[in-house]
Amino acid sequence: MEFFRNTNIDFLGKKWYFLAFSLIFSVAGLFSMLFWHHIPWGVDFRGGTLVYVKFSHTPDDNAIRADMDRAGLKNVKIQRYGVVSNNERLIDLDVRETNEQALDQGKLTIIRALETNAPAGKTDLNNASFLKIKSYLLDKDPLHLGSDADQKYGAQAQAIVDYRDKVLGGVLNSADQLQAAPGVDRAVVASLPDGFFVSDFGVRNVEIIGPQVGSQLRTQAGLATLYSLLGMLVYLGFRFEWIYGIAAVVTVFHDTLITVGAFSLTSTPITLTVIAAVLTLIGYSNNDTIVVFDRIRENIKLMRREKLADIVNRSINQTLSRTILTAGLTFLTVLALFLFGGEVLRGFSLALVIGILIGTYSSIAIAAPILVAYQDWRIQRGKRPMAMPAGRSR
Amino acid sequence: MNKNFLWKFVLIVGTLLFFLFGIFGKPSSFSRQGLLDALADHIHLGLDLKGGTHLILQVQVNDAVNVVAQNAVEVLKEQMRTRKIDYTDVSQSDPQNNPDQIALKGVQPSARGDLLDIVHERLPDYDITGGAQNTWTLAMKPASLNELKDKAVTQAIDTIRNRIDALGVSEPTIEPHGMGQYQILVQLPGIDDSGRVKDIMQSTAMLEIKQMTDGPYPSEQAALQAKGGVVPADSILLPGQCANGTEQTWCFVSRVSAVSGKDLRDAQASTDQNGQPSVTFSLTGDGGQRFYNFTSAHVGENLAVVLDNKVQEVASIKEPIRDQGSISGGHMIEQQAKDLSMVLRSGALPASIKYLQEQTVGPSLGADSIRSGVRAAVYGMIAVLVFMLIYYRGAGINADVALIMNLIILLGFLGWSTIAGVNVALTLPGIAGVILTVGMGVDSNVLIFERIREELRNGKTPPSAVDQGFSHAWITIVDTHVTTIVSAAILFIFGTGPVKGFATTLTFGLLANLFTAVFVSRFIFDWVLSRKQRGEALSI
Repeated sequence: MEFFRNTNIDFLGKKWYFLAFSLIFSVAGLFSMLFWHHIPWGVDFRGGTLVYVKFSHTPDDNAIRADMDRAGLKNVKIQRYGVVSNNERLIDLDVRETNEQALDQGKLTIIRALETNAPAGKTDLNNASFLKIKSYLLDKDPLHLGSDADQKYGAQAQAIVDYRDKVLGGVLNSADQLQAAPGVDRAVVASLPDGFFVSDFGVRNVEIIGPQVGSQLRTQAGLATLYSLLGMLVYLGFRFEWIYGIAAVVTVFHDTLITVGAFSLTSTPITLTVIAAVLTLIGYSNNDTIVVFDRIRENIKLMRREKLADIVNRSINQTLSRTILTAGLTFLTVLALFLFGGEVLRGFSLALVIGILIGTYSSIAIAAPILVAYQDWRIQRGKRPMAMPAGRSR
Repeated sequence: MNKNFLWKFVLIVGTLLFFLFGIFGKPSSFSRQGLLDALADHIHLGLDLKGGTHLILQVQVNDAVNVVAQNAVEVLKEQMRTRKIDYTDVSQSDPQNNPDQIALKGVQPSARGDLLDIVHERLPDYDITGGAQNTWTLAMKPASLNELKDKAVTQAIDTIRNRIDALGVSEPTIEPHGMGQYQILVQLPGIDDSGRVKDIMQSTAMLEIKQMTDGPYPSEQAALQAKGGVVPADSILLPGQCANGTEQTWCFVSRVSAVSGKDLRDAQASTDQNGQPSVTFSLTGDGGQRFYNFTSAHVGENLAVVLDNKVQEVASIKEPIRDQGSISGGHMIEQQAKDLSMVLRSGALPASIKYLQEQTVGPSLGADSIRSGVRAAVYGMIAVLVFMLIYYRGAGINADVALIMNLIILLGFLGWSTIAGVNVALTLPGIAGVILTVGMGVDSNVLIFERIREELRNGKTPPSAVDQGFSHAWITIVDTHVTTIVSAAILFIFGTGPVKGFATTLTFGLLANLFTAVFVSRFIFDWVLSRKQRGEALSI
């Protein structure tokens, strides 16, 4: 089976269309970054408090907001997280300017505010930690144990927490559900209502990031991206001629700009893992470019009499099958990640999905034409045309 | 099979077995459950998959510098007194930003030699420079300053580790974090109740026993008023339980401490004569002697137990005490008494700490993440394997074998890291790294196969097409791997936990790919070709 056999597409002839396409997307992204949504930094970069909550029933966002208002928390963002049937909400307290202590308080306030019907003196079983349940059981001693109570109640508490978190997905509807939990004694379950009540939510994840760390991370992310681009420039400059390095880096920069622009346009938060994806793309997007460049270098040696534009076109066509295939296969895996990888990886896989499409397109439509444009420019200035051939090759 | 094939075959099978052992070790049984258990034992999961608390702490290293500088100020004063050097003022010039710097004012030029001697002999970590109008500036030598700050971080790590270990958290990570920012990374798997742990870690637990010189007063203003608005030079004014009641009161205590946390030999939770939770401590020989001297001299007066600059308890000295003491008061509950005794035993933090970042992953989220991550990996993998089979037929099997082996080496590497005790953790982005390795790893196969097809089209015989295919693709493969690994390496340096896990799996996966997609795949081709008749077509 074969998809692209002996293709002969005049890619360079379509360079103005490509340029227009790239310009529209880059400029749209750039405008959004500058004037519209700006860069939608995730909580790890901007600082703040994020609480991921899973409810036992479909939550009413207005009621949650009212709870938060009553607790004195203004500018709270409430977002659905994951599919509707999961009943998950992301409660986002944006505290840019305050200190770490306030953020920590914010988390407690959010949780307290959600415990609307908490009976006095009782702990919420849905959000009780292993340690809390264990020390309650030790105090209460429902099994009348002797010496090895510590170990036995530890095992009971662990079984309760495991059942709640791993089997029921984090939320109990009532303490009676624990009757079905393997390894939990009935007497233990019966003793729980004395010290615990069951709320209608469980906290699945909390992130608290101080403003100091946030700004530090932003600088680091910027530096890391810059170093990656520089690394590529140096490596390609060393392996090919410097103009190849520049062409590759301009291309990758274009990819990065469009990917980040897409995040800005859709207002999708850029988290640490998204930056990781972007850095990976910088490396990956270069792969395709290198393959095309390698072939150009090889063909320049073979076809000394032909025009550079023809050589470049021929090289792109020769590697087209490989370019589309590998990009398609990587895209397939990334798509699996996007579709099945869960909500936590959504931003990461989105960046890869966009980046791989753009990266493949740009290695054909941007990188190679830059080489030709550079030579045309040299010819216009009356210099020798063939100044950019093979470079060092092994 | 000729000799050349044999050693390659042995190498490949050996590598496979080596990494399979890394993944499974010696499983208790070869049933599904036995293998899964073995896998869980060998692949170390990151916090985001296991659930737990992740904290980044900032060590306020300037605290430690302040202590040293204050000590240096005292040394200077004392030495200048003994050498009869007149001065108008010695103090830290900028305790906030440059806590190591000490300004010395009004020293006669004739005392220059003496002054240099003092610094040279008694303060070897300091440099002294003269300024205008008989002023001098002392600043710590940069090397000493850095060493002091680094030591503060190391000490803080040791202290925090002692405290965490006493809590019984399994496999905690406590290590320096960031580059030169004096931060500490703390990871506590399985702990999703960060409140208590944070209290315990943050407690500087600076215990001092001081003489109570005056008080109690109901408020700070009342205390100051009684002294005409000025705190006496040898005293400090502290809040706390000066009257052993429930309300906060203020009292004056001596500036110098009779004994401090450094003099403790042990501390245990116990109950006092009223049956209230308390902490009993015993002192070291030297500390005990000082405590005895102090209590003998002040029988009938009050002593104050001061914890983190708050008066915890006030007691009257009935008789000289040598080496025992207790802290009650403050209406501790039993848990607090236990935590306090543990914190006292673990020693004081050299500098206070501040929380910069906290993430608590509930175990239910971790379990979900594993499920969806593995599902995505399996689907992605199957899609690639099936595609390669359809598109390249015979050679597709070759690529699939190479890919599966790539995966085994990658997981085996994670397993071996656990066996070796390095614990490279598999995180959720790490699973994504595994998936990407599959996607990018197959790139090498495609590159080679497409080249072989091209060579065949140009009329080459299968053996020479294979040979040409591999040798032409090799340079390109190295290039593409290097660029991705450069990106991953930068990620590894800059990222934390989960992102680091991604960089690790991606890097190692691609390195393993060089072996599987080139060496193993080539071996399979050669072996297939050796069994074919001359001129027989290659399935690709």
